[in-house]
Amino acid sequence: MGELKPSSTQILEPGAAGGAGFATTRLEAVLAWAQKYSLFMYPFVTACCGMEFMSVSSPRYDFSRFGSEAPRFSPRQSDLLWVVGTITQRQAPILKRIYEQMAEPKWVLAFGTCASCGGFYDNYACVAGVDKVIPCDVYVPGCPPRPEAVLDGLMLLQDKIQTGNRTPAIVKPRQDPVVEQNIGLVQLRKSRTSVA
Amino acid sequence: MSKALIDLIKKNFGAAVLETHSLYGDDTVVVEAAAWREVARFLRDTPQCSMDMLTDLTAVDYPEREPRFEIVAHFYSLSRGHRLRLKTRIGDSEGDEAEVDSLCDFWASANWMERETFDMFGVIFKNHPDLRRILMYPEFEGHPLRKDYPADKIQPLIAYRDVPNIEKIAPFSVDEGMSFGRQTHASSHRDRDDSQVN
Repeated sequence: MGELKPSSTQILEPGAAGGAGFATTRLEAVLAWAQKYSLFMYPFVTACCGMEFMSVSSPRYDFSRFGSEAPRFSPRQSDLLWVVGTITQRQAPILKRIYEQMAEPKWVLAFGTCASCGGFYDNYACVAGVDKVIPCDVYVPGCPPRPEAVLDGLMLLQDKIQTGNRTPAIVKPRQDPVVEQNIGLVQLRKSRTSVA
Repeated sequence: MSKALIDLIKKNFGAAVLETHSLYGDDTVVVEAAAWREVARFLRDTPQCSMDMLTDLTAVDYPEREPRFEIVAHFYSLSRGHRLRLKTRIGDSEGDEAEVDSLCDFWASANWMERETFDMFGVIFKNHPDLRRILMYPEFEGHPLRKDYPADKIQPLIAYRDVPNIEKIAPFSVDEGMSFGRQTHASSHRDRDDSQVN
């Protein structure tokens, strides 16, 4: 997961002699900061991952906390293309056209295994990943991905926007802290069976 | 129950019945392709049968057999509650001359199922009102569910992006991000890249 790189922004506190404090920054940094918190999204939802997408966008996981609140159903008004689900060969031209209609700057997030690499749809009908047709910024693997993984992906994209980094990135799996810290039900069950 | 149905068909189409099978309520009649339509009409119109529902119609490809395709239709009678599977065998080993009569004017549901069977197997249904591809795009060549269709052959509608190593774009490494089947035929895969992906 991306950590925030140190920015060029500096905040100077008012000195002991009084007077107003001020901040210095770069225009690009301010623009990137504004862009990363106002991602207008275009959901290109084709398959079962759409259920998980609805879950992430609904109040329980609520990715509008990250400023990517408003879905725009016109690609001309959106910055972030969510490709959610399997893309068939028949659908690829449509997806490409949607992408081309989006205005710069634009980002693409591949949601789920099918959109990332085709998954088990290794056949005559499907495109093995949207990156065969359009450039992709963030891949969120999972079938479907956990909402936490989607949030990781969104924050990863925000980091990439802030730093201006356009190399594709993939959301890495997280270790379950319950298992890691040797507490919780899984470990309890394991220790119980080993005793018995 | 449906044993009686098989006997009834045998009695009326004795010469055309190639094979029957009945086990645990699973009843199958295999008939000559020439009798396909007449047997279907008989199943629908005879009061003892009254098969008013065509549940499924598809095909199976047996590349080693001489009538290569087996057309399979599943019938159900809503009024009598019995089922029957009707099969016929068509097509030579090349997959040509795979022709059988359409059942569209008996059951409306046959329309799309015959189109799908045509799309996937290349079986021609004679007198079908609109025999076009239904799932694949018109530009698609060949019939993907035939056993001789290469398992990894794709026919993209638009050119893939012009980037190096399109099969595995970073951040995916060589053994990552692709599924189970592809790794076994990696060599034919490379051949395909030159011919299919522009």
